[in-house]
Amino acid sequence: MVTVPYYVPPEQMMKDRAEFARKGIARGRSIVAVEYVDGIVIVAENPSGSLQKIGELYDRIAFAGVGKYNEFEALRVAGIRHADLKGYAYAREDVTAKGLANAYAQTLGHIFTQEIKPYEVEVMVAEAGRSADDNRIFRVTYDGTLYADQGVSAIGGRDEQLRSRLEASFGPGAPLATALGWARAAFEEEGADPIPPEAWEAAVIDRTLGRRGFRRLTVGEIAPRTS
Amino acid sequence: MNASDLPGSFSSFLRARGMEPRWDLPSGGSGLDAPEGTTVLAFRYQDGVIMAGDRRATAGNLIAHNRVQKVFSADRFSAVAISGTAGIAIELIRLFQTELEHYEKLEGHRLSLEGKANYLASMIRRQLPMAFQGLAVIPLFAGYDEEAGTGRLFSFDLVGGRYEEIDYTATGSGGRDAKLYLRGAFRPDTEEPAAIRLAVEALVRAAEEDSATGGPDLRRDIYPNVAIVDADGFREVPEEAVATTARDVLGGEW
Repeated sequence: MVTVPYYVPPEQMMKDRAEFARKGIARGRSIVAVEYVDGIVIVAENPSGSLQKIGELYDRIAFAGVGKYNEFEALRVAGIRHADLKGYAYAREDVTAKGLANAYAQTLGHIFTQEIKPYEVEVMVAEAGRSADDNRIFRVTYDGTLYADQGVSAIGGRDEQLRSRLEASFGPGAPLATALGWARAAFEEEGADPIPPEAWEAAVIDRTLGRRGFRRLTVGEIAPRTS
Repeated sequence: MNASDLPGSFSSFLRARGMEPRWDLPSGGSGLDAPEGTTVLAFRYQDGVIMAGDRRATAGNLIAHNRVQKVFSADRFSAVAISGTAGIAIELIRLFQTELEHYEKLEGHRLSLEGKANYLASMIRRQLPMAFQGLAVIPLFAGYDEEAGTGRLFSFDLVGGRYEEIDYTATGSGGRDAKLYLRGAFRPDTEEPAAIRLAVEALVRAAEEDSATGGPDLRRDIYPNVAIVDADGFREVPEEAVATTARDVLGGEW
């Protein structure tokens, strides 16, 4: 018997792939970023203490990823290589969040159309600039679409709801504790259960910390017991 | 197996892309008079380690540069100083710094102090063919061991031998004279200001004996680089503080 080659219209194929990726991402938890007076704070709901979703890419550039751990981890490693290579070959100030976000967009776009299975991830690249006006927050979706956000950003399952909640509370030039409070509140209003202090992961990129401005926050800093 | 061949290391990544730093030389001696860095030293003091270097680079019997930096931070808790062919050494230090940071970012924690010293030794070992061409690089490495809570020093040789030193060490053309001075004057419980003074004195002594070592130059405002690594990490001693010490040291002798 002759096998009949079946035809799938490209629209249908893209739709199926997008749905597959979206389903995978929707199962996971979200990450938000909020600008504050000295930089940007990134907050994730992450019950695993050892598998981290937020990482340092370069001097004042941070990475965050949601979805399948092995996939965004591979993207994090690729980002560090890209950044270190560029900084070593040229100069440290030539490494920018924009360049990294573009590289992620290219990679994810390529994987989405060319590989058997699209990546079930969304990634964020945030850079604390020399002044608040130079802050950059980019996010890249599973199909390589690149967005530039200002003030606040969110990726993952309920990113739109979180973003609109944060936009409502956000004001520029807030201290770190206030920005953290907005982020925690957005998560807690969005979720049904209260989140225990150990289930937070948070880091800042802070322009006052010197050359390498990435710093992880401790449990005590993320969720102070006073409230 | 060389540590810089490890998969995941920045050097192996560079090599895969054909971007590793390379100096291709004709066989049978380079015949080059590439500028050479001269005297650097390091010793332990009460809170950690101190490292210092003169500022001169020589090419043959000429002074090639008189404001060379030879003491660098390797990462937050360690420092590295160079002697030997300056151009090669500075490139290797840049690669070493990138490698340590690369490891830290990928793995989520810093290499142990011992691991950093071993890695540096493997980088020197790779340079052995260059050393045979007369383009040798010999560093000093010192840092604060976060686990042991003490400062530690390492010296190296041409073939990548790595030697832990207990109290003090020096290398470069004036290294022998600096070491001789330190042998007499070193005390392990020195406080920071006295340690800075001792470092400057040892360099002044080396400069008196060795024409390739540049002493503090008060007229042109050229002073040694001095750096400290203690429990709070690496920091450079501000130039004004070194200048004041240098004036004091020279004033006493003149």
